[in-house]
Amino acid sequence: MRLAAFDEMLPEISGLRKPYSAYDRWLKEQDPARLTEKMQDAERVFRKTGITFAVYGEQEASERLIPFDIVPRIISGNEWRRLTQGIEQRVQALNAFLDDIYHRQEILRAGRVPKELIAKNEAFLPEMIGVRPPAGVYTHIIGVDIVRISENEFYVLEDNARTPSGVSYMLENRETMMQLFPELFQQIKVRPVENYPQLLRQSLAAVRPQSTNGAPTIAVLTPGSFNSAYFEHAFLADQMGVQLVEGQDLRVVDGHVAMRTTEGYKQIDVLYRRVDDSFLDPLTFRPDSALGVPGIMDVYRAGNITIANAPGTGIADDKAIYSYMPEIVEFYTGRKAILGNIPTWRCSEPDSLKYVLEHIDELVVKEVHGSGGYGMLVGPAATKKECEHFSKKLAARPSNYIAQPTLALSTCPILTDKGLAPRHVDLRPYVLVSDRIQIVPGGLTRVALKEGSLVVNSSQGGGTKDTWVLDD
Amino acid sequence: MLLGRTANGLYWMNRYIERAENMARLVDAGLRMALTRTQNASEEWNSVLLSAGSDAAFTQKYSDYTAANVADFLLRDTANPSSTMTSIETARNNARMVRTALTRETWESINEAWMSLKRMLAKPIDERDLPSVLDAIKRETALIRGAFYGTMLRNEIFDFSQLGTYVERADNTARILDVKYYVLLPSISWVGSTLDNYQWESILRSVSAHRSYRWVYEADYKPSNIADYLILNVRMPRSLTFCYRFLTEHLKFLGDDYGERHACHVTAGKTQAMLSAGSIKDIFDAGLHEFLANFIRDNIRLGDEIAQDYRFY
Repeated sequence: MRLAAFDEMLPEISGLRKPYSAYDRWLKEQDPARLTEKMQDAERVFRKTGITFAVYGEQEASERLIPFDIVPRIISGNEWRRLTQGIEQRVQALNAFLDDIYHRQEILRAGRVPKELIAKNEAFLPEMIGVRPPAGVYTHIIGVDIVRISENEFYVLEDNARTPSGVSYMLENRETMMQLFPELFQQIKVRPVENYPQLLRQSLAAVRPQSTNGAPTIAVLTPGSFNSAYFEHAFLADQMGVQLVEGQDLRVVDGHVAMRTTEGYKQIDVLYRRVDDSFLDPLTFRPDSALGVPGIMDVYRAGNITIANAPGTGIADDKAIYSYMPEIVEFYTGRKAILGNIPTWRCSEPDSLKYVLEHIDELVVKEVHGSGGYGMLVGPAATKKECEHFSKKLAARPSNYIAQPTLALSTCPILTDKGLAPRHVDLRPYVLVSDRIQIVPGGLTRVALKEGSLVVNSSQGGGTKDTWVLDD
Repeated sequence: MLLGRTANGLYWMNRYIERAENMARLVDAGLRMALTRTQNASEEWNSVLLSAGSDAAFTQKYSDYTAANVADFLLRDTANPSSTMTSIETARNNARMVRTALTRETWESINEAWMSLKRMLAKPIDERDLPSVLDAIKRETALIRGAFYGTMLRNEIFDFSQLGTYVERADNTARILDVKYYVLLPSISWVGSTLDNYQWESILRSVSAHRSYRWVYEADYKPSNIADYLILNVRMPRSLTFCYRFLTEHLKFLGDDYGERHACHVTAGKTQAMLSAGSIKDIFDAGLHEFLANFIRDNIRLGDEIAQDYRFY
């Protein structure tokens, strides 16, 4: 199946778009053989540096590279300004929603979001009721997945408000591009992204517990070196100049979380955790977890540590909640959402379920709690048998699924053996929340490398591109 | 400030890099013996395995002490926890865990060594290629060492790394000597047969000292000189004294930095004092084997104390 998609470089109707004009001029002067060489250079750099990720369930290739394409995805200054306004508004609403949902629950009382959607939701943590995190921030680091349909239509596909990953690729992609094509960055003014780690550090320091004396001690908590995103955890700790800790390094000492150092236990004030809620504290959540810190939730409730992102933020990016985001944005900001949602059928509603089952070959059906492109069906790309099989799963547990129309995601060219060829892309900008909201000009562009494919997830054969925001 | 787990990772990363190289050196010495003396080759391979501490595991798997079997077991067998391949893989896993403590150059040299050795050791080694494989292993570990010494800050991270290197190296040199201690005993030394000459050269070769020996002592091999060189010489980078000179130095840095001395300082200091006061004659008089056995035991204890004193676990 081929969808008529909007190409961000060379739309069929209007020809070369303006943000790409300088790049296009440069590209035309290049020797194709040299570009192919550069592509191989890039792969060598990534492999040497060990920028790999683990693919679960594949024993052999336990460390793989995310393919990198050397054609940048370019966004004009104007487009970016519009996007950031929408993102800021959305992030404000997400934090306000979280504060409300764990306190007065006014949005439920007002009937704008159904009560049972919260009460029965696994992502809602009753342990967080009445807890106000340091500085009142719940979700500190957010990766908002955005797709584009046409020149002026952007939609939010997903709000990643728990532990969004991929920011290390944004940084390494830029680093690699600057190494490969230094001359490009002299000719074209691209806004820098490399200060992200400094911003992250400042942002985390700004939300330290009130009781902290002096400069806070910050640490990144990783599940360990076998985790699929371990490279990123190590990378961020390194770039921020903070400790990379595992659960086995930490324990509660005198009402504070402390790490075991060669000189004894040292207090930690801010923990940027890359461990899921359920593993965070075996005394509060999963008792079999060896990845967390026994008792950390007590320290948290006493206000003696900042956990970023706060436990329980998953309720804000849950796929069942997603469909209510327009209402949520309007409820807390008093204005219509600048960035729209993709129309979504909640399969828990009988009418919607009926529609989805009847049109399953046209829709994208996702698990409410799934992520990483696992457990989803892209109707138009699936065989009849796959559709039937999925319909059965869907009918058995309708509330576990949502469905969305198959959108013609915009395309951006990649370099193939036969020259440039369009492939579908999405965009994940990274947002930092402390006493202010900061968005690094850029983000991670994920690209579906298979012709016609709409699945951009790295675990499903997606690649990445450097993302340029022009300083124009 | 350093996490105990990170100190542990640095320590073992370096022990395993050292071990990966030691295995290649032992195979090299064995190969040399097998090439020059065909009659007793299997006995020589047996000593190589004993020095590597891998004889029991080897005989569970093989019945013949052949070059191909021993080289395969010591270099590429991933079921052997001390083989070069396993060692380099363990070193890399540790390096990955402590990545934030390493310079980019150090990490990349370890990662690249792992990639290239994995490729090279993927298939059984053709006997004709063995010398070039051994060279490649030594080259990769030399590159790691170069990147490490050339780029790492001399702080506690460096200290814990060096502790791993020298504890492993001291253990290795002591074991090589202990396996062959009888050929160094004075009663045999008077004979000085061709056979002994080969044995002595083999010992020196397994610590890459067959050339440098001649720079320091006279051209002829003399057992007491060989023992002196490997045990007491302060300049010889694989001697027990050299290892303990650096072990005490790095422990002193840590003690000064942290303002605290531990059991490991006492243990290392005792061994160091014993080595610097001793003469090779005293050691022979008291019994070379006993001396080495005690040394190996104390060295293991030092490793355990370092782990405990600096909260590795």
